[in-house]
Amino acid sequence: MKIGVITYPGTLDDRDAQRAIRLAGGTPVSLWHADDDLKKVDAVVLPGGFSYGDYLRCGAIAAQAPATKEVIKLAAQGLPVLGICNGFQILVESHLLPGGLIRNEKQHFVCRDQKLRVENNNTAWTSLFEENEEILIPLKNGEGGYIATDETLKMLEAENRIAFRYLDTNPNGSMNDIAGLTNERGNVVGLMPHPEHAVEPGFGPDTDIAMRSGVDGLKFFQSVLKMAVNS
Amino acid sequence: MFKNKKLAASGVDTTEHAVAEPDRDQPWKELGLKEDEYLEIKNILGRRPTSSELAMYSVMWSEHCSYKSSKIYLRQFGEKVTDQMKEHLMVGMGENAGVVDIGEGLAVTFKVESHNHPSYIEPFQGAATGVGGIVRDILSMGARPIAVMDQLRFGAPENPDTSRVVHGVVDGISFYGNCLGLPNIGGETVFDSVYQGNPLVNALSIGAMKHEDLQLAKASNPGDLVILFGARTGADGIGGVSILASETFESTGPTKRPAVQVGDPFAEKVLIECCLELFHAGVVAGIQDLGGAGISCATSELASNGGKGMKVQLQNVLLRDQSLTPEEILMSESQERMCAVVPKKQLKAFEKIVEKWEVEYSVLGEVIDEDRLYINWGHEEIVNVPPRTVAHDGPVYDRPVALPQYQKALNDDSSSSLKRAENATELAAQLMQLIATPNQADKSWITAQYDKYVMGNTALSMPDDSGMVRISEETGLGVALATDANGKYAYLNPYEGARLALAEAYRNVAVTGAVPRAVTNCLNFGSPENPEVMWQFKEATAGLADACLELGIPVTGGNVSFYNQSGDVAIYPTPVVGVLGVIDDVARRIPSGWQDDGNNIYLLGNTFDELDGSAWAKDLHDHLGGQPPKVDLAKEIELAELLHGASIQGLIESAHDISEGGLGIAVLEAALRFNVGARIWLGEMLERDAIDMTAALFSESQSRVIVTVGREDDVKFQALCEARGVPCLRIGVTDATSSMVEIKDVADLKLDDIRSGWVNTLPELFS
Amino acid sequence: MPKIIVEIMPKQDLLDPQGKAVANALQRSGNKEISAVRIGKRIELHFDRPITDKDMENASAQASSFLSNDVIEDVVAITKED
Repeated sequence: MKIGVITYPGTLDDRDAQRAIRLAGGTPVSLWHADDDLKKVDAVVLPGGFSYGDYLRCGAIAAQAPATKEVIKLAAQGLPVLGICNGFQILVESHLLPGGLIRNEKQHFVCRDQKLRVENNNTAWTSLFEENEEILIPLKNGEGGYIATDETLKMLEAENRIAFRYLDTNPNGSMNDIAGLTNERGNVVGLMPHPEHAVEPGFGPDTDIAMRSGVDGLKFFQSVLKMAVNS
Repeated sequence: MFKNKKLAASGVDTTEHAVAEPDRDQPWKELGLKEDEYLEIKNILGRRPTSSELAMYSVMWSEHCSYKSSKIYLRQFGEKVTDQMKEHLMVGMGENAGVVDIGEGLAVTFKVESHNHPSYIEPFQGAATGVGGIVRDILSMGARPIAVMDQLRFGAPENPDTSRVVHGVVDGISFYGNCLGLPNIGGETVFDSVYQGNPLVNALSIGAMKHEDLQLAKASNPGDLVILFGARTGADGIGGVSILASETFESTGPTKRPAVQVGDPFAEKVLIECCLELFHAGVVAGIQDLGGAGISCATSELASNGGKGMKVQLQNVLLRDQSLTPEEILMSESQERMCAVVPKKQLKAFEKIVEKWEVEYSVLGEVIDEDRLYINWGHEEIVNVPPRTVAHDGPVYDRPVALPQYQKALNDDSSSSLKRAENATELAAQLMQLIATPNQADKSWITAQYDKYVMGNTALSMPDDSGMVRISEETGLGVALATDANGKYAYLNPYEGARLALAEAYRNVAVTGAVPRAVTNCLNFGSPENPEVMWQFKEATAGLADACLELGIPVTGGNVSFYNQSGDVAIYPTPVVGVLGVIDDVARRIPSGWQDDGNNIYLLGNTFDELDGSAWAKDLHDHLGGQPPKVDLAKEIELAELLHGASIQGLIESAHDISEGGLGIAVLEAALRFNVGARIWLGEMLERDAIDMTAALFSESQSRVIVTVGREDDVKFQALCEARGVPCLRIGVTDATSSMVEIKDVADLKLDDIRSGWVNTLPELFS
Repeated sequence: MPKIIVEIMPKQDLLDPQGKAVANALQRSGNKEISAVRIGKRIELHFDRPITDKDMENASAQASSFLSNDVIEDVVAITKED
């Protein structure tokens, strides 16, 4: 199964996303921002980084790229899309997901191993998780504070569109401890933490069992592969 | 008359004018040149220099660029070297960075550099551009930068100015390094009032490449094009040079030219990807990054290294500020710029790649078959010099050296005069106090602002003893890096202090399971015009060179930062030493703390009563005097070989180096690593080494490591130590069910209590 | 030089952490009469020729669709400057 990973100028975690796809058993396909040909991939990942240096607003310029426009089109037809960190910001700027993402409350970039609760396991990217499963995923950002109007928040809660919530600590002041969202259909998922940094033993977060042994992120990529096989 | 009219029209000082007006007054003194240097320039050129040439020589012959005060001592690093030491060295000193073969056709390039003075003036941009600069050095060797580390030294923690510098520097490193997508895998942070007006910000970067990817900074083929690409050139960093602007026909007055460089990491990230694509496409014959002295340096160095010359049209430089004069353009230190030497037939391919990445470029000129650098401004020649004289044959000083007047008294004032704890309660109190001091406390407040995950190859990072990154995903081949310095030791004895820094970095690499292979250094000292500082420098470089020879690992490159002093007060001589090691498979790496229950804790090495220069003496008693601990490098080698051998056999669960603070601190750190308790007993140690409990807990004797070993491997491990003659003493056992560190005859300390003191110090000071 | 100035502010009821941090800093340094701070953006669109009504219309469209994010920001002014 082919999963595309888009590289924008300033993208940083594209190689990590490609590795995660490979480890999950898929075939990563490199996509260039200026090209609207998505090479018939079965799913797309918008990776983390600082596309366009976070100029204007995080993800704002990347949301205008030809590749992004094509993703928006295909997402409406059900293409699974995962937006990680800057990718989540691009999804929000593209209006594929509601709300906004602003500077962290404490004004500092923070890199920490974050506990999350998977609250919606009916999405293309979370189907292998148990409902309310607690997972440990690295978080690293300076502009991860989720904000939305009361109306939007009510809707998201009512429709179970909050895919992940922060546990133990809210690292960036996100409203309602929202760490990630999904769209109505469940094919588009965006989150601030980085599952692609918790896929390989020896390079993930520390756990009680061993240093750097956390691999909770692998299921994100395995879920979408399972979906493709079943469809 | 006619000639004067022409002058008025163009306003630019040309070589023609230089011949026509030989006696013009030039501001060589204000630009930092000595009279004999100015005369030497006239001698080289056979006339007075133009103002552009004067600007070039003044910056290229400055201490920072020419190493004129340090050259005669740095030679030792290239001389005190055996063939065996050079075995893995692909590129040694003198290039942008050293390159070391690590096996499997792969190589690693690494270097540490300083950006001290700018970081005091403008901490954020100073630190940010420090990271940017060292990363470009690594990139210009043909490597993909893969990690960064930083070594920071700030003033007294309670001084309000320290906070200003700390915030700016940490934000700057975080901003630039994170945006480049480089994991920060380690470093050090030290607080001491001696650095109050002279904080030290040293930045290190590592890059990885295949052997065949190696690039060099030379222009050796006449006809090849010289192309400047990356960010546009602006007024960054040219403060001093704008004196020259007032020499032409504008009214004198204050200039708005900033002395500080401003960095844009996004531009550098794009530049990295663009350059790597250019390198892999084979379109570049030589490459140089633009750092200090900008275009002056890039053009003269490329020409000089290639043994050829260059013809440059300076008006082709893309500017972000159209009002810049030619002198200013030559000296600009605008960031994120590179200079490539491109064969004419590769130009189209070059253009395609830079356009893909939306990187701007301009052809400045070409390589010529003449030992001359010509720079024109339109039709007017403003520079005509032999490139070697600018880039490599600068002045070489042999500055006066004098033993400091205070040295004997300082060395006689040993810590034995200090009162020691008289009972267990006092000992425990001192240990708890020490672990919460800013120098020993948890640095997470800083390191959590750095990305350690990006690229997915970080096997070890802070708080472990060295940073480790995987280079080959297929085989697990990786490298470990540790940087260390102890200004206090070097102040007491610069020769020994340098040796000790090397020993510590070497040991920190060894405890993670890697084999040390190469060295870099950043030598931070006071003013070279002060004979006492010069003595410190002479001693330290000799100490380091001799120690490298003894350990069998070569210096591959480094940096010197002089003038770190305010008025007469210099910083402690602070030679920062970085050691790179190689590990065949990063899966074998060893963490610095224990996690498993019921493992034996062993102390390797002997302990002596060595409290001079220790954290116990300085941070608890405000005392600095005596002689630093002795280091036996043969013992360090034995210890490293033991650790390697044991690690290959998978015998070691954790290993932690004992350094500043002593054994007590090392034990607490190892317990805090994964929050697992332990029971410790030191009675046998006191007896075997004939020392008291204060020495046992706080002495900073060298060649010591604490190691935990699985129960099933005890016998094998002890036998290994005995066979290699490394003293090995069981001092405790880990206890995962306990939330305490129990030190017999000292105290039973709750992990939570230790942690709360340790974890809150920096946030309370700086949050 | 002709230009169109677009001024953008964060939406009134949403959090402005930058503004809050700046307000705190101002108060800490003695400016206690400043009760709040909100930080926005001023964007200049430069032209090589005089500005037409169509230019203003286009600028307005760009301002609300790209230069600002209407979920979290408001375009508070668009003015012409010669």
